[in-house]
Amino acid sequence: MSDVLVDVDGLKVHFPIKRGIVHDRTVGYVYAVDGVDLAIRRGETYGLVGESGCGKSTLGRAVLRLSEPTAGRVVFDGTDLAQLSGEPLRRMRRRMQMVFQDPLSSLDPRQSVQSLLVEGLRAHELDRGAEATAARLRELLDVVGLPANALRRYPHEFSGGQRQRIGIARALTVEPDLIVADEPVSALDVSVQAQVLNLLEDLQAQFGLTYLVIAHDLAVVRHIADRVGVMYLGGIVEEADADALYTEPRHPYTRALLSAIPVPDPEVEDRREQILLTGDLPSPAAPPSGCRFHTRCPWRQPSRCDTERPPLREIRPGHRVACHYAEDIAAGRITAPTGLSASRG
Amino acid sequence: MALLEVDDLSVVFTRKGEQPVVAVDGVSFDVDPGQTVGLVGESGCGKSVTALAIMGLLPRRGVRVSGSVRFDGTELLGLPAAAMRDRRGRDLGMVFQDPLSSLNPVVPIGLQITEVLERHRRTPRKKAMVQAGDLLTRVGIPDPRRRLDEYPHQLSGGMRQRALIAMALACRPKLLLADEPTTALDVTIQAQILALLAELVRAGDTDLGDTDLGDTALVMITHDLGVVAGLCDEVNVLYGGRVVERGPRHPLFAAPHHPYTVGLLASVPRLDGPRGQRLSPIRGSVSDNIPWTSGCAFAPRCPNVLGACTSVTPEMEFGPDERLLRCHNPVPAPQEVRA
Amino acid sequence: MLTSSRRQRIDDLAAGGGAPDAGVSLAVSAWRRLRRSPLFLVGAAIIGVFVVMALLAPWLAQHDPALRLLDDQVSRARNEIPPAQPGHPLGGDQQGRDLYSRMLLGSQQTLLVAVLATVIGLGGGLVLGTLAGAIGGWVDSVVMRLVDVMLSIPSLLLAVSVGALFARQTQFTVILAVAIVQIPIFARLLRGSMLAQRASDHVLAARALGVRRRAIVFRHMLPNSLGPVVVQSTLVLAIAIIDAAALSFLGLGAADDSVPEWGQMLGRAQDVIDSHPQLAFWPAGAIITVALGFTLVGESLRDALDPKNRR
Repeated sequence: MSDVLVDVDGLKVHFPIKRGIVHDRTVGYVYAVDGVDLAIRRGETYGLVGESGCGKSTLGRAVLRLSEPTAGRVVFDGTDLAQLSGEPLRRMRRRMQMVFQDPLSSLDPRQSVQSLLVEGLRAHELDRGAEATAARLRELLDVVGLPANALRRYPHEFSGGQRQRIGIARALTVEPDLIVADEPVSALDVSVQAQVLNLLEDLQAQFGLTYLVIAHDLAVVRHIADRVGVMYLGGIVEEADADALYTEPRHPYTRALLSAIPVPDPEVEDRREQILLTGDLPSPAAPPSGCRFHTRCPWRQPSRCDTERPPLREIRPGHRVACHYAEDIAAGRITAPTGLSASRG
Repeated sequence: MALLEVDDLSVVFTRKGEQPVVAVDGVSFDVDPGQTVGLVGESGCGKSVTALAIMGLLPRRGVRVSGSVRFDGTELLGLPAAAMRDRRGRDLGMVFQDPLSSLNPVVPIGLQITEVLERHRRTPRKKAMVQAGDLLTRVGIPDPRRRLDEYPHQLSGGMRQRALIAMALACRPKLLLADEPTTALDVTIQAQILALLAELVRAGDTDLGDTDLGDTALVMITHDLGVVAGLCDEVNVLYGGRVVERGPRHPLFAAPHHPYTVGLLASVPRLDGPRGQRLSPIRGSVSDNIPWTSGCAFAPRCPNVLGACTSVTPEMEFGPDERLLRCHNPVPAPQEVRA
Repeated sequence: MLTSSRRQRIDDLAAGGGAPDAGVSLAVSAWRRLRRSPLFLVGAAIIGVFVVMALLAPWLAQHDPALRLLDDQVSRARNEIPPAQPGHPLGGDQQGRDLYSRMLLGSQQTLLVAVLATVIGLGGGLVLGTLAGAIGGWVDSVVMRLVDVMLSIPSLLLAVSVGALFARQTQFTVILAVAIVQIPIFARLLRGSMLAQRASDHVLAARALGVRRRAIVFRHMLPNSLGPVVVQSTLVLAIAIIDAAALSFLGLGAADDSVPEWGQMLGRAQDVIDSHPQLAFWPAGAIITVALGFTLVGESLRDALDPKNRR
């Protein structure tokens, strides 16, 4: 058995932009995911961070083959998911599950918690008699910390945190190996986020789960992930162990992103050096040439950056960066023009 | 004298045939000229409703507002609608969470800004357009002349929020209320907007010509403790429609005394904290089942709960460090723990 | 100290419990809101009276509606029609038949037209809408173009054309004509909400779980798409009554008038509307009232099913 559970290789997901009244013409593509390589090891938590529109959710769905990849492969435990369809794919779904951002909209409002949970068991012939099923459901509720009387109630009768617990319980019904959690806590109240994060950690320890956690909140990802990939406009720009990424970010975008997060401590806030990026995220339908980040990069160089797309290369064992000048910037040989870097207070 | 004095503000939503819902339950705070005051809390704590009540933007029917909101010496509650409209936009500006739905989708940005100037300052259209362009430059929108003719949907989220801030600032209000102004935005854009707000408020002594925005006070409403930590002079922590703790940001974050404030801080993962440490969440979730009428609303979730917490409603009192606190059993400051 | 009951309540709240064991489904909570709605109560009362009237008509009517009991009081030459008199509270029609009995029995036919037309329209719309919404792709395109063509013809004109296709007009041709007009409306409505459901998170969640496609369509997509369709059905009940009346009025109703129907009665009354308006007044009033009843129920259903009103 190999160490790698999910191997993503050259994955691209392009959505056609269609226009036309009678016949739909394709007038362009949204390059949501545009060439991603990553490997998720068995039992680890891989964190994927990026801002809205960077393609992280699409990547998560493509890993589960809920989005059709345009090119590339997703190999799950030795099986190329792109080759599967119909019944074999449906069978495969038992082993990989998803936890959604909005716990309310991802739970069918007309189904009681019981029927939501039983559904997965039924789909994969895991329900073995009424008694065994009832015991299994009680166990699941207990595991995610919901009261036993939850079964006969409906999603809208629960608080946000509890709904997310229902969603997690549903994912657990089929005893998966991989759980893709797309913004699992961002819709929750601050005080409840920690409950769900702790729960996810406990479940991983208990069931040996592998996680792909997708989030825009770098602090959340840092907390939960072992390894982190930073996405920008459809591609991974930096990937490293969580500690290395946060202490020694090498890609200019990662540095800007990290410097932009407010910390709940006035002492830190007063001293925090910020790299304020100018402008907005370019449209993924018309990504910039060369390095996708060059339009906003404070360390942009006149040559190469706007013509040649930097590959994700390993600069240290386990630390990959997609920047032509990562070493030069780290060594201080290239500095950002003044005025772009601002300190607060 | 304080610029804004909110005293015992209560907002109750009443619906025919249904239990009235208390959204704000006696909130009091002051804002001095040029000061930045934060209202922090989770959903349902009443922070947004407080802002709407101050702005007089709550519907007249089905809502009972009581208490007092004094702005520059004038009582705003009970002010006739026309007088309130005059105040809004001229003395009081507001920035909302969702900039797209707060802008009129069928009117160009420029016209929406000049409208404010024409209405409140009787600025002629031509001159107002020039000022609107200056304002857009001021809030960091590149190529403002072109943007003036564009519609809200043509702008990105960050640009829209900037445009909204420009609109709110058009008449140089004395007070700006910002209700989760960065929640819908990405972190890098949030950083831009926060830097802009901080700059606008602190620009008192710099000469900025016609768009000089000195001494604007800011009320920052947010759930994000990080945003508050960097921006606000004075912080009010809200729970269940009441202020539970208040203090200047440095002592408040260094030594929070209310178990809710402590809990909030302990439940968010921090970028600069040690990794691999387990978070300590607050148990349960925000619930309106136990109001303040008998005991403390936070009691069901509180790790420090005492007998009195469920029978005697705590009052706002000076706790340790001369900080205002609504708690029977406050958390001691860290050094006291060590002692 | 904490009192024990209070302590219990706090623990329950902290555990997220404290709620009753059995949950309240969306349908139940919608019904609770509905019960409080005055519009619904008025509409339901009107419909209730109408249905009871239709069911009990054979016993309530004192006379056979086809018998020309008052034929001796009818004079075509002098334009005389029997007025109200003892035993005949509304008088008679142009042929001396008891108007009161005809009104009562007419409600039966009207109810039949409304319900059958709605059921046929709904059935056709459900099939087409589900096909288009669940399968998508070219099936969707074909079905929706067909629906667009049908929708582009003014509804009454379409109904008239369908009615005219039949050599002999009967009550059934009226029903069919009215129903066919409704099929594209239902289909489009259902397809729209099915598409919204297909893109929803909970359907994606079911797909991710490996639930079979048929189960996703019939357990998740269809039930969640029916809200607007249910509302539309109640409104169509009203529309069907009015459309059927219009067809009858235009002479495309049942040729045989021994079985009374309100629309048809209204149609026959048009010759004498100047001199004897009561012949038009009663059926017209009844049609308007019943249509209003269904509309009120439909509108209040719409409010009750709106998830934004949930609490």
